[in-house]
Amino acid sequence: MTNSNKTALSRTSWSRRSLLALSGAALGSGAVSGFPTIWAQNIKDVTLRQIGTGVSGLNPIAEQVKKDLGFNLQLTVSDTDAVAQRAATQARSFDIADIEYFSIKKVYPTGAVQPIDTGRIKLMDKIVPIFTTGRLTPDGQMGQGTSPFSVGFVNSKGAKGFAGQRTELMTLLPTIYNADTLGIRPDLVGRPIARWKDLLDPAFKGRAAILNIPGIGIMDAAMVAESAGIVKYGDKGNMTRAEIDKTIAFLIDAKRSGQFRAFWKTFDESVNLMASGEVVIQSMWSPAVAAVRSRGIACTYQPLTEGYRAWGSGLGIMRHVSGLQLDAAYEYLNWYLSGWVGAFLNRQGYYSAVLETAQQNMSENEWGYWMEGKPATASIMSPDGREMEKAGAVRDGGSFTERMGKVVCWNSVMNEDRYMVQKWNEFIAA
Amino acid sequence: MSRYLPFLQAAPLFLILAVFLLVPMAMLVVVSFYDYDSFSLIPDFVLTNYRDVFSSWVTWQTYLKTVWFAALTWAITLGLGFWLAYFLAFVVRDPGWRMLLFVLTTVPFWTSNLIRMIAWIPFLGRNGILNNALIKAGAIDRPLEFLLFSDFAVILALVHLYTLFMVVPIFNTMMRIDRQLLEAARDAGAGFWQALWFIILPLCKPGIGIGSIFVVVLVMGDFATVRLMSGGQSASVGLMISNQIGLMQYPAAAANAVVLLAMVLLLVGAMLRMIDIRKEL
Repeated sequence: MTNSNKTALSRTSWSRRSLLALSGAALGSGAVSGFPTIWAQNIKDVTLRQIGTGVSGLNPIAEQVKKDLGFNLQLTVSDTDAVAQRAATQARSFDIADIEYFSIKKVYPTGAVQPIDTGRIKLMDKIVPIFTTGRLTPDGQMGQGTSPFSVGFVNSKGAKGFAGQRTELMTLLPTIYNADTLGIRPDLVGRPIARWKDLLDPAFKGRAAILNIPGIGIMDAAMVAESAGIVKYGDKGNMTRAEIDKTIAFLIDAKRSGQFRAFWKTFDESVNLMASGEVVIQSMWSPAVAAVRSRGIACTYQPLTEGYRAWGSGLGIMRHVSGLQLDAAYEYLNWYLSGWVGAFLNRQGYYSAVLETAQQNMSENEWGYWMEGKPATASIMSPDGREMEKAGAVRDGGSFTERMGKVVCWNSVMNEDRYMVQKWNEFIAA
Repeated sequence: MSRYLPFLQAAPLFLILAVFLLVPMAMLVVVSFYDYDSFSLIPDFVLTNYRDVFSSWVTWQTYLKTVWFAALTWAITLGLGFWLAYFLAFVVRDPGWRMLLFVLTTVPFWTSNLIRMIAWIPFLGRNGILNNALIKAGAIDRPLEFLLFSDFAVILALVHLYTLFMVVPIFNTMMRIDRQLLEAARDAGAGFWQALWFIILPLCKPGIGIGSIFVVVLVMGDFATVRLMSGGQSASVGLMISNQIGLMQYPAAAANAVVLLAMVLLLVGAMLRMIDIRKEL
């Protein structure tokens, strides 16, 4: 983006339409890229192939891209591990990787993804500081594990390692994140749940579940083990072999004694386990809780004393993307932050990277309920138009700052990753 | 020229097999000796992958469990399949009815494997149809937990999936048995069990052999059924391989695949030694 465009932009209001019109005009003028006229003509032929999880690989987003930007977004949806794997090994089959920060720690060094020039991201400075400084508030805590900040920037185009500080080059454009905790069936647990260790309560024998994605499951397990005083960690997000051994040993014990009903791998599985009453307490993701509730079944995303385990994901541009397609990719990234998607994701209980623009696309009631922890003043509707909450409901865990402020660890890839995965497989096979 | 003609005629099949079977197989073996780190393969010749397979108690346990699943499923599908085929071949007299009933045995295959498995969940679950019915009938006072997410559920689903693979070849061989043989046996004073043991069973051996190969090979390689029906609590070799692929540990997965392949080939070889299935063809 040239200087003249920057000033032009800053004088304009930040609505998506005007922004797009403007960037379109800028591109058309030939000031930005080498494809001044081709852009206008061939825009409809551009297709961005994106691989991601079901969390944000949603058709309404692709439809909106077509409507707002004119090009095609082709979505491939898979589970967390498979997404990382395919992004790394089949990079040429995709243009955009919608992956988690803990996965990018493994994927980026393979060279599959090119760094993003923050100069071309218009709302860079509006991005929530968790991603740009590592802390939600200047005096907030970082959280253990693979935090988005720790793997969010690189020093140079060829760098294999991460900068650990803000630079001009980002690995992923943050899009969506959340604070995870345990989901419970308040009607079936029969007592208040306040700690992570409640997952191990013998009262829930055969009715507890944990997720079977090693990088995430191990963190939930660590929260439980630490809460129950079984293991003391130096850094949960980067365990030593001894710590891994102890964690897996306690998991195997719990499994052998019949504590767990199942281990789930996909969103739908967790919803079904909870909705059918097979499980009353388990690792869960926020929209899964919403999905259970929308079936008229009570389900609480229970805030716990020890705090939350958080995750974040973002969009990466594959190394091979260039020219017109690269321009489209940047256009897409900027659009992602411009508000519509943010509101769309916030309405499902996730958080968007730029809050301001999302707020402009949400009603006061929606913003109050999802982001400020206020009681809903009217029904809260899901993006597909079903009633999720009635007036008066309050979001579990409260406001954005209450929830994101209590993050104690992030989904992780550890130095002892290969060992951890091996041990995790032993737990599943035990 | 005419001497080479048969080779030429066989060439297309040979080429297809070479490209789509032999080459991938060779790749599998080669990769199983590679080294790897978290996201890349390192071409090398190391034995660590095989050492990991054979030195870990978990792998041994998983292999044993897989064999156990296969053996149990085989025994049950054989029992079920044999008597179903017997019923179709010898009890049902009318060819029209026989055809209709035979088609009915294929009903489970009218929907996808995955849907059939998922359908078990509301049926067998804690608050599922079966438990609710049993409670209402007063047979039990608390839901039976073992019905779902257990080895029982895995075996049940596998039997449901694969019984047909037993029924069809056994039914086929039974239909070829000359009925005069049975009449002769009866005339010679053989009872039902004697006729079954000395006439029908030996003549059915090729069918049983083919069915057994189907069932054993399918169960040994299964991963989806085991994962869904055990709720992720049980492991099979197939599931272990699929997990390793998911975590980018291709060489480890390849090593396991090679070991599993060798094991299945040995099993099939043993079965072929016992039963000459070519009689069937």
